[in-house]
Amino acid sequence: MTPPAHPSPADPDRLPPTPAQTVGPFFGYALPFPGGARIAVDGEPDPITVHGLVLDGAGSPIPDALVEIWQADRDGSLAGAPGSLRHDQVTSAVVGRDGTAFTGFGRVPTDADGHWAVRTVAPGPHRPGAVPYLAVAVFARGLLHHLHTRIYLPEHAEGLRAQFPDLPEGRLGTLLAQRERAGVYRFDIRLQGERETVFFDFP
Amino acid sequence: MSRSPRTSIRDGATQREIDAAMAAADRVGPPDPHHPNRDYPPYRSSALRHPRHAPLPVVDPEAVELTGPVFGVTDVSALDNDLTLGQTGEPAGQRITVTGRVLDRTGRPMAGQLVEIWQANAAGRYAHDLDQHPAPLDPNFTGFGRCLTDGDGEYSFTSIRPGAYPWRNHLNAWRPAHIHFSLFGTAFTQRMVTQMYFPGDPLFPYDPVLRSVTDQAARDRLVARYDHQLSLPEWTLGYRWDIVLGGPSRTLFEDR
Ligand SMILES: [Fe+3]
Repeated sequence: MTPPAHPSPADPDRLPPTPAQTVGPFFGYALPFPGGARIAVDGEPDPITVHGLVLDGAGSPIPDALVEIWQADRDGSLAGAPGSLRHDQVTSAVVGRDGTAFTGFGRVPTDADGHWAVRTVAPGPHRPGAVPYLAVAVFARGLLHHLHTRIYLPEHAEGLRAQFPDLPEGRLGTLLAQRERAGVYRFDIRLQGERETVFFDFP
Repeated sequence: MSRSPRTSIRDGATQREIDAAMAAADRVGPPDPHHPNRDYPPYRSSALRHPRHAPLPVVDPEAVELTGPVFGVTDVSALDNDLTLGQTGEPAGQRITVTGRVLDRTGRPMAGQLVEIWQANAAGRYAHDLDQHPAPLDPNFTGFGRCLTDGDGEYSFTSIRPGAYPWRNHLNAWRPAHIHFSLFGTAFTQRMVTQMYFPGDPLFPYDPVLRSVTDQAARDRLVARYDHQLSLPEWTLGYRWDIVLGGPSRTLFEDR
């Protein structure tokens, strides 16, 4: 039965968490929503596009992955507003955010070619001196427990290096978006293999 | 780096081969006893989709991950938690109520949390073009819902009991009936996607997705409990399933 949740024997003060399971192949009609990729508010003077592929250990694109972004606003504020999944009150259909308030949340499924893209704003430092980044959660068929990573923009390469002094340069580079042209950054997520992305665990 | 030797299960493997691989994985156990091992050969699609490096532990997460997106009344509609409504007719199958509380690891209820679910119809078919197995689609069942937890952290959905369905992991592979769940928590570290199962399903021992959680007690936490108090006369059967979100959050830190 479902535990009327009881403490874990190993850690008596804490309830054991519910285990994760894969998102499976059929999330596409349930989780993605209109405007899920449009994190920047309307009239944002300096929007950026962050995009890339999700790749498997053979270097093949993954067409059934879901990428979620959570980030600070350009001023570093983490007070993301509700309303990412705003509903139409007549039809109950999800119409997405209204473009006035920054919700900080993006959700995009990969295309048939494993590609994803979001239109957002470069996050500001979330505390004085902090190195800003976009927090990422990756879900996919075949991935039993989702993964967390971070996207650092190239201008923060030094800050990133200082934050993870023990990471070899090659691994560190997987956390760094590449500037393709003004306002467009490339960030591939490699679940396995050469240049495997650095993923984080929050114990 | 991966701890287990590289094993891969051949295309067209039999259930017996999968059973042997699951037994072998049980002996190794996962690096995190609460969660599935991402490197779980019996679930064949995991072979190229798990990192070989262990995730880098961040013991002192930044405020970015100790906060997370928030959702409110505009993010759900009144009908969103009843998957049997919104079409012209009644969906086929057994009507069910699924309810429970969302808690953090201190046992505190998490109010105002977005809960999203999706599932197959009573015949085991998803309303997804890539689900092509020969079971009927149900025009009266789209199979997804959303709600916000109330002040006691409680969510509630009315739905149809989903059917088991075949998949191509190995010969004669069938998923036990399940409902997919997505939850956020108050911190991005608490983000969670999982599946809820129904008590007593005879397919449990054969399913590599459920058995990727190798600890029996942890696996039991994915199984709802039938609750007769929740059943409504001549209407619906009730299931209760509580969800505990792991991961550090600001509120947990404030407690220390
Ligand atoms: Fe499923």
